[in-house]
Amino acid sequence: MITYFTDIYHGLISLFIGMGITFKEFFSPTVTVSYPYETLTMCDRYRGHTQLIANEEGKPNCVVCGLCEKACPSNCISLAGEKPEGGKKKVLTKYILDFTRCSLCGSCVESCNFNALEFSKEYNLASTRKEDFIFDLLKRLEEKNK
Amino acid sequence: MSLTLLNVIVAVVIAIAFAALNAAYLVWAERRGAARIQRRPGPNINGPFGLLQPPLDGIKLMAKQLTIPGGADKVLFIAAPVLAMFPAIMSFVTIPFSESIVAKNMNVGVLMIFAFASTGSMALVFAGWSSRNKYAMMSSVRAVSQAVAYEIPMLITTITVVMIAGSTDLMEIVRQQSGSILHWNIFPVLGNSHNLLMPMSFLIFFTCTLAETNRAPFDLGEAESELVAGFHTEYGSMGFGLFFMGEYANIVIGSCMTTILFLGGWNAPLPFLGFIPGIFWFLLKLYLLIATFIWIRWTFPRTTIYGLLNLSWKILIPLSLFNLLFTAGLIKVF
Repeated sequence: MITYFTDIYHGLISLFIGMGITFKEFFSPTVTVSYPYETLTMCDRYRGHTQLIANEEGKPNCVVCGLCEKACPSNCISLAGEKPEGGKKKVLTKYILDFTRCSLCGSCVESCNFNALEFSKEYNLASTRKEDFIFDLLKRLEEKNK
Repeated sequence: MSLTLLNVIVAVVIAIAFAALNAAYLVWAERRGAARIQRRPGPNINGPFGLLQPPLDGIKLMAKQLTIPGGADKVLFIAAPVLAMFPAIMSFVTIPFSESIVAKNMNVGVLMIFAFASTGSMALVFAGWSSRNKYAMMSSVRAVSQAVAYEIPMLITTITVVMIAGSTDLMEIVRQQSGSILHWNIFPVLGNSHNLLMPMSFLIFFTCTLAETNRAPFDLGEAESELVAGFHTEYGSMGFGLFFMGEYANIVIGSCMTTILFLGGWNAPLPFLGFIPGIFWFLLKLYLLIATFIWIRWTFPRTTIYGLLNLSWKILIPLSLFNLLFTAGLIKVF
């Protein structure tokens, strides 16, 4: 008989404790943002698809060594370069990232010795066509420089 | 004579408008409140603070087609949503909002409201039965056992209050609680009864109101994790809209009844505040109770059907019966 009443009492108290918690939450600031109108800045270690890093002149740091291409376990990267007339270093002419196969493992970024590759903060990636996910990173860099 | 008839009609129309407006904007309040508790902004796109959301939802529902599932009982299927909304609207007619604002006062107001309230669960039964859907059927079975279990303690606590007031007239019940907060039936230190168990009675009545209006944590009738949407699984467009509005109108009625029976109706909490019109106090108490309804819904998870029935049969009914006998004894003594 005593447990009957103590159970009711403890049950009732626990209900009020629960309501106290939601009462506190009610007056706390919101933690979400209204997505299409406001966006969050991505954290430093966020992994979007890779992008090229430019030097001061806006040209890619890449020296077309091809290590990233070799490091990629899913063969997403295909790049090409040529040596210009009178120049010493090779210049990047094509850098295609097939994002449909990329698993964002980061082997390419890790393998790069020339600080030429990084993860972007891009996350608005929605499309109905597969071709939209084959990125031309060189073109992307040029557009970014404009 | 014709003038008084006109008065009654105008009052009834105002009551209906009040019910419908409340039903629409409580949906908004509920969604905003839920969002605040879950720390998100809630509907805020349509109009300032999302205030245009309810009319837009209404337009959307009205624009849709009402489909009747094959093999359904057509008459009952169409009657059920109307039956869900109708008793709630009718109950507003006899609710006294203040000394002078009441559409039609009756000396059996308490009886009338509970008679209409019990037809509310008939709507769920009809809807579940006529839909020809196993989930809806299960839901109406649950609605019946829930209605049976929770109407008993609710009526017993109401009888306790009626015994204290000595009247089933809602206005008379409120008048007897006038004076100060200590005369209200919830804190009966100075009132008619000196029954210190009345706060418990208030909690029992409030819990039963939650269960009677099928609100969380007692919304087993529409447990979406088990029964899709329960009794309104097959309803679209305004059929669903009426169920939805009926639910909120029932919440308003339940809160009105709690205010009248336990919280002193339109009476001011302290005597020197009596210069403020009664309607203000009534609406203040009413909306505080409704806010509590919303608050409870977004705090507690849904109970199980056994938990629900055990709570009623093992706790609420014995306690309310004890309180009834205790009050009867006190009335005899004093």
